Amino acid sequence: MSNQIKFVGRLFVLPLLLALSGCNMVVMSPSGDIAMQQRDLIVVSTVLMLLIIVPVVCLTFFFAWRYRNSNANAKYDPEWHHSTGLEVVIWSAPLAIIIALGAITWISTHKLDPYRPLDRIDAERALPAETKPLVVEVVALDWKWLFFYPEYGIATVNEMAAPVDVPIQFKITASSVMNSFYVPALAGMIYAMPGMQTQLHAVINKEGDFEGLSANYSGDGFSHMRFRFHGLQQGGFDEWVARVKQNGTALNRDAYLKLEKPSIREPVRYFATVEDGLFNAILNMCVHPGQMCMSEMMHIDMMGGGGVESRENRQKLEYDNRHANEEAPAATHPATGNPPRSEEPAEGVDEGGSSMNGMNHDAHEGHALPEGSQGGPAPAQLNTNESTQP
Amino acid sequence: MFGNTTLTQFIFGRLTLESFPYHEPIVVVTFIAVALGGLALLALVTKYKLWGYLWNEWFTSVDHKKIGIMYIVLAIIMLLRGFADAIMMRLQQAIAFGGNEGYLNPHHYDQIFTAHGVIMIFFVAMPFVTGFMNYVVPLQIGARDVSFPFLNNFSFWMTTAGAIIIMISLFVGEFARTGWLAYPPLSGADYSPGVGVDYYIWGLQVAGVGTTLSGINLIATIVKMRAPGMTFMKMPIFTWTSLCTNILIVATFPILTATLALLSLDRYAGTNFFTNDLGGNPMMYVNLIWIWGHPEVYILILPAFGIFSEVVATFCGKRLFGYASMVYATCVIMILSYLVWLHHFFTMGSGASVNAFFGITTMIISIPTGAKMFNWLFTMYRGRIRYELPMYWTVGFMFTFVIGGMTGVLLAVPPADFVLHNSLFLIAHFHNVIIGGVLFGLMAGVVYWWPKAFGYKLDRFWGLCSFWFWQIGFFFAFMPLYVLGLMGVTRRVSQFEDPSLQIWFIIAAFGAGLIALGIASFIIQLVVSFLKRDQLRDLTGDPWNGRTLEWSTSSPPPEYNFAFTPVVHDHDSWYDMKNRGYERPLGGFKPIHMPKNTGTGVVLSALSIALAFALIWYIWWLAIVSFVAIVGVSIAHTFNYNRDFYIPAETVTATEDARSELLADRT
Repeated sequence: MSNQIKFVGRLFVLPLLLALSGCNMVVMSPSGDIAMQQRDLIVVSTVLMLLIIVPVVCLTFFFAWRYRNSNANAKYDPEWHHSTGLEVVIWSAPLAIIIALGAITWISTHKLDPYRPLDRIDAERALPAETKPLVVEVVALDWKWLFFYPEYGIATVNEMAAPVDVPIQFKITASSVMNSFYVPALAGMIYAMPGMQTQLHAVINKEGDFEGLSANYSGDGFSHMRFRFHGLQQGGFDEWVARVKQNGTALNRDAYLKLEKPSIREPVRYFATVEDGLFNAILNMCVHPGQMCMSEMMHIDMMGGGGVESRENRQKLEYDNRHANEEAPAATHPATGNPPRSEEPAEGVDEGGSSMNGMNHDAHEGHALPEGSQGGPAPAQLNTNESTQP
Repeated sequence: MFGNTTLTQFIFGRLTLESFPYHEPIVVVTFIAVALGGLALLALVTKYKLWGYLWNEWFTSVDHKKIGIMYIVLAIIMLLRGFADAIMMRLQQAIAFGGNEGYLNPHHYDQIFTAHGVIMIFFVAMPFVTGFMNYVVPLQIGARDVSFPFLNNFSFWMTTAGAIIIMISLFVGEFARTGWLAYPPLSGADYSPGVGVDYYIWGLQVAGVGTTLSGINLIATIVKMRAPGMTFMKMPIFTWTSLCTNILIVATFPILTATLALLSLDRYAGTNFFTNDLGGNPMMYVNLIWIWGHPEVYILILPAFGIFSEVVATFCGKRLFGYASMVYATCVIMILSYLVWLHHFFTMGSGASVNAFFGITTMIISIPTGAKMFNWLFTMYRGRIRYELPMYWTVGFMFTFVIGGMTGVLLAVPPADFVLHNSLFLIAHFHNVIIGGVLFGLMAGVVYWWPKAFGYKLDRFWGLCSFWFWQIGFFFAFMPLYVLGLMGVTRRVSQFEDPSLQIWFIIAAFGAGLIALGIASFIIQLVVSFLKRDQLRDLTGDPWNGRTLEWSTSSPPPEYNFAFTPVVHDHDSWYDMKNRGYERPLGGFKPIHMPKNTGTGVVLSALSIALAFALIWYIWWLAIVSFVAIVGVSIAHTFNYNRDFYIPAETVTATEDARSELLADRT
């Protein structure tokens, strides 16, 4: 049945597609199985709705023409305003369509839930039981994309690759504001939000060079927040990994903090090595030395809260304010047309918080704080809040 | 030196010379044009000594008809501003390809798309709709005014104050660069430290006071002031949709107010409701704003549905098919509109069951909407359709709106939404329903009720031009956006790389140009009709052979609307009265109790602008002074006992006799 619908649907959409063949409608001809199923859903729903829309539009024009004032042949019945039979039809016809569409919606929403691991490579091939997905950790930065490949220990900026027919598990977060991770050829989008992790499971079935982008407005550099997504054969993918390893530099916390600063049209970058736990630290908003991780805070809260002492943790949990700190002049003269986040690397903030390691709750390995910086009672991040206040 | 700085800061807050965007040529030219135009207008008003007339007859008026007209004037003025933004965006997107950065930098472009959305929804569609409800509802239910006439005047001026605050941002400082719903954390103090978001917040908060109070007012009016015999199920459909809309307003605008209040606490007081750190959660804002935001679109569309229902019945010369099911459909839509907000962010990572639930509730709304569509269709069936201008807009709506409805249901399927969300497909969808639904309805309403408000019909030729330019322009402007959405192009992008997209943007810009001609034709139509008003004059008060009570009185209606309160026996009461051989009463008039004009609304609104401006620029002394003044004036107003008067019976008699003479002359 559903195949029949699909067939009818394709028949219907065919002339439209021909008319538009000049342009590349990536949403209607994607290269990944998930996007393919989403495309099918668009077609099926459209056809279902056309079952009722087409008659309505035809009737509208027919009645509008037939019952025009000048047509004396048409019957005129000014008091006719009720018909139980018709009422039943006009309520039940849309209802029937919506019941069908609702059923499709319920099933497809569960089947195509982005959090659900894949169970097939494409329409014909089921996923072998032992297949392990490729894990890619994605961070939306201002205004570029950072990709971690934890299984390979590499990272890239504004370019990613994946072997065809291998399921990919994306873990997605952001560093500052909300973005949306979207590779139209691969699968639907999902928001990237700071301090939170969203997930997406997808697979690319064709080799090719596809576009990825942020689909949620995030500020000045948003228009150029694009990246390339390469679908490669396994061999090509291995070569790509090797190339990253060969040409890349090291990505440690310092390098990340520099990378994280707002920039527009960032070129592709490769990182051959990645400091342990960096993605987790980004996710928990504690890359900066001295920051307390969200997970740590949640753990304290779960254990009943920190009581009065938790006041001391406050500065270590302040996250966004470092941007305001960089922005101090604009915060007092906000309408000068300066962008809210300076593109200049900030001075002085990099050391911020390092004096507070006496209270370090950060449990992440590899997050050793500089010795020697202890003792100063005034944390560098203090007062950032006040500086934005009147 | 230092003392000077602090004094300056004390007086001007964070307002400095640099706050004025004199380095932006586009803004400077706009400012000069607006300033010259404004000065010319002021000079004309002064020359013809109109200040007294405007103040006494309009600004301080509590007459629902005049307030309704002022609302619509505000909406049309703001439409020009909002549309100027639209044209600028279309132009930028049509040229910014490859290396070309276009003529707008992101800083400017991002303000424009934010302003476009905010202005079109809050200061075009809302005042337009409220204006119609104000003008028409009391006339349709046989009342002499709304329940709280002063509150009505105050509501209008608060809405205007909000519009003025937004307009100030064009020339002093900047507007928000966040998108029209200002999602945090982008709109928080850390990522938007400037005044833009503060303009947004206070503009909407001030206007929101007006909208909420006007909602309360109209609910009270509809519930308490209907003519004897007009039970709920005999109310005209437009009054029904107005009732549902105002219930939605009263139930949802407080949510907007609270959400924006929380955001301003984050920005002003350093709280952490929606920040990334310290336990804040931006997702709460997204939920809250859409719990208001989704009903908001039904606040706009329901009155438009009401207008179409009146127009269809009138011009088909036939009772509306399925009145009862129309009423139930409206009520069902009203309730369901609360249960669908999450469909605006299926992509935020809710579970499959949650997404599916909200997807299906969204689809269910299409059932009553579809029923409405069929009701209009079967009203046309066996009718005698007179193709006057309102009917053109209605047929245009029925065709255009079903397309928008279809893409809307498509977007309600979560996995389909994953690929279409935030894309230009979405933009095309909501312009399809808001232009094809709301705007077409409002335009139909203008041509339909214009003769009632001013006593002459609008010119047909320019009306047809306006309709066809809008209708064709709409398809040229937005069908390419559907295509671009399917090509994976997303919204709010100011520069593109893929050259194959450009042609579609050029077509869209051409469509926007056609719409500009549509708007121009509309303005010309108003001017031409005013000049030809003697030829277009309608003396009967019932130019369309109307069916509801507003057509039973003169055009324009007298201050008191009805010399005697009509008695209602059936819905389509005026049609019913005409059928029963209604005789206009010619004598026995009594003095009529009416509310008196007051300038308090204007004063409070001006003080609110001062308060908002002070809060935006951190001018704390002014904030305190204006706040105290607002409270003081409000209290002082409660001691104003001189708030009503009687129109003497002789005046009523004279007015009605004059009308009798006119009617007699005609025959």
